[in-house]
Amino acid sequence: MLPTSPILNRRRLLTGTAALGAAATLGLPRMARAQGGLTVGFIYVGPRDDFGYNQAHAEGAAAVKAMAGVTVVEEENVAETVDVVQSMESMINLDGATLLFPTSFGYFNPHVLELAPKYPDVRFQHAAGLWTEGMPTNIGSYFGYIGMGQYLNGIVAGHMSQTKKIGFVAAKPIPQVLLNINSFLLGARAVDPSITCQVIFTGEWSLAVKEAEATNALADAGCDVITCHVDGPKVVMETAAGRGAFICGYHADQTSLAPDKYLTGAEWNWAGVYTGMVQTVLDGGTIGNFVRGGLADGFIKMSPLGSAVSDAARAQFEATKAEIMAGGFAALKGPLATNTGTPILGAGEALVETDIALESMDYLVEGVIGSTS
Amino acid sequence: MEGDLGLWSILIAIIGGAIRVSTPFLFVSLGELLTERSGRINLGLEGTLVFGAMAGYAVAYLSGSAWLGVGAAALAGALFGVLHGVICSIPRVNDIAIGIALMLFGMGIAFYFGKPYVQPVAPDLPSIPFGWWSDVPQVQAALQVNVLFLVGLALAVVVAWMLRSARVGLVLRVVGDSTDAARAMGLRPAPIRVMATAAGGALAGIGGAYLSLYYPGSWNEGISSGQGLMAVALVIFARWNPIACIWAALLFGGAGALGPALQSVGVTEGYYLFYAAPYVLTLGLLIATSSPTRAMAGAPGELSITK
Repeated sequence: MLPTSPILNRRRLLTGTAALGAAATLGLPRMARAQGGLTVGFIYVGPRDDFGYNQAHAEGAAAVKAMAGVTVVEEENVAETVDVVQSMESMINLDGATLLFPTSFGYFNPHVLELAPKYPDVRFQHAAGLWTEGMPTNIGSYFGYIGMGQYLNGIVAGHMSQTKKIGFVAAKPIPQVLLNINSFLLGARAVDPSITCQVIFTGEWSLAVKEAEATNALADAGCDVITCHVDGPKVVMETAAGRGAFICGYHADQTSLAPDKYLTGAEWNWAGVYTGMVQTVLDGGTIGNFVRGGLADGFIKMSPLGSAVSDAARAQFEATKAEIMAGGFAALKGPLATNTGTPILGAGEALVETDIALESMDYLVEGVIGSTS
Repeated sequence: MEGDLGLWSILIAIIGGAIRVSTPFLFVSLGELLTERSGRINLGLEGTLVFGAMAGYAVAYLSGSAWLGVGAAALAGALFGVLHGVICSIPRVNDIAIGIALMLFGMGIAFYFGKPYVQPVAPDLPSIPFGWWSDVPQVQAALQVNVLFLVGLALAVVVAWMLRSARVGLVLRVVGDSTDAARAMGLRPAPIRVMATAAGGALAGIGGAYLSLYYPGSWNEGISSGQGLMAVALVIFARWNPIACIWAALLFGGAGALGPALQSVGVTEGYYLFYAAPYVLTLGLLIATSSPTRAMAGAPGELSITK
């Protein structure tokens, strides 16, 4: 698509115009070279203040910035192409960064995987990736069980839906997104097994007009509670609330966009995670190659329940949240089949939140109206 | 009446989508049409659109009035147009290269100045509920028509009339078709082209304000999906005819709504293919309307791409 064209990449624009002294006009933060200490680089796929995925990471980065002896360099709007390789190399070579947080899913394979062996002294901490045995050991992958948050969203949605139809605006059919869609529906089905969830894929992480169209199409189809998994949920939230639907947030707290319609939301809580990881490096320790955490570990949190939430919804939400906090919770319980009829789980089987099989999910469960391709 | 409208709901969604999504295409393509009819191409309208979206949102937020925002976007767009027009009036300056430079410049400074306005919520432009006669909520939603869309339709008609019958339109056409003929008539082509580019920029700025103030109705760096660039192609597609610009804009808007609408009625396979529909359509129509004997019918004679 046109807007992600590499010639519009911000760093390139900067490189091209720096010689003309235009850097000041563009107002990019000066990237300070490390004076001793630890330099940490954060790379975002979109703008840092998108009410969503990137903002959640940037809030984590801001917490790291406040730590003593740490310099933070950041770059936003970096495409999931060779652009991210250039960004990482320039952070390593020019800024002296030895700990990198490339935060978008698509950075991992092939870009981080290919670059890591070239810089064995640099630690690559990738969000959402799936580190497995045999991959370079200077790569770490971390993520949170945010599907549980979408399950809790689903419980509130199940109580609040009148039409028994809920909607989901999704970007791309990758495992994390599919897990969120399935969890949202299964949460709602824990309330009422007749509920269905309509999903619309926009095909891109950030496409404002298409997200608005998708939200309108969901409202037209009769969905009266809508959530999403796109990078910046602002457009979906505002459009859905404008159509009179209730909304469940994602990535960050979007209460302020429509306080009357906002039920709750699944949020990242990166500040604690990032400061913890950076402290480990400062202390000379090693971060695990594969780190995951959920509600109980402080990796994710829920937005405060909105004023519209009924008492019954509130009670079941709190009860389920307590179960999840206790650990070993399973959103996917047998008997369960995909929406194309393939069995997933037999009676008595379950996939608990920590199950690694969930991270290669390639199906939508029965009750979800939509297709992965 | 909720729910099962079947295939009708696709039609309603496409009409609704055409009305909602087409307005920026319409304004930018009308703006580009004015500029091109004067003999210049301004490829920078994508930058103007993005800057207009930012300026409109910022002013609407600060002043509390969405219409002031539209005014500010138009003014900012006109300034970009003047800049392009004046630079291109210098002999042997390439208007296409300047356009690309201004596109990047416009986006760069829009992102820079726009940072503080990503989070706040600005007032929206009003819309008129033309669906009052129906008790189907889908129809009511599809026929929420924004005032700017109606302004755009009226403007297309006015521009068409102007180019055919009014003095200012005829002057524009002479300048666009032949610099020599214009000079012989005692006209000064350069200032006329600057004014046409400024008017084009103002319209592109309004197109941007529609994006940030009505649909989707918020400012962020990904607000434009290349509408400004596609509108330049739409002008060629519409053969430099303002009325055809309306149809071209509606076609692109409606085609854009096709993908989500089909998914919402259960046609879920192959959505990437549906999303490519507008572009496939453009290719098909351009091939169908092209001719080996006459190239670029309707193109102004002074346009650098046709010379």
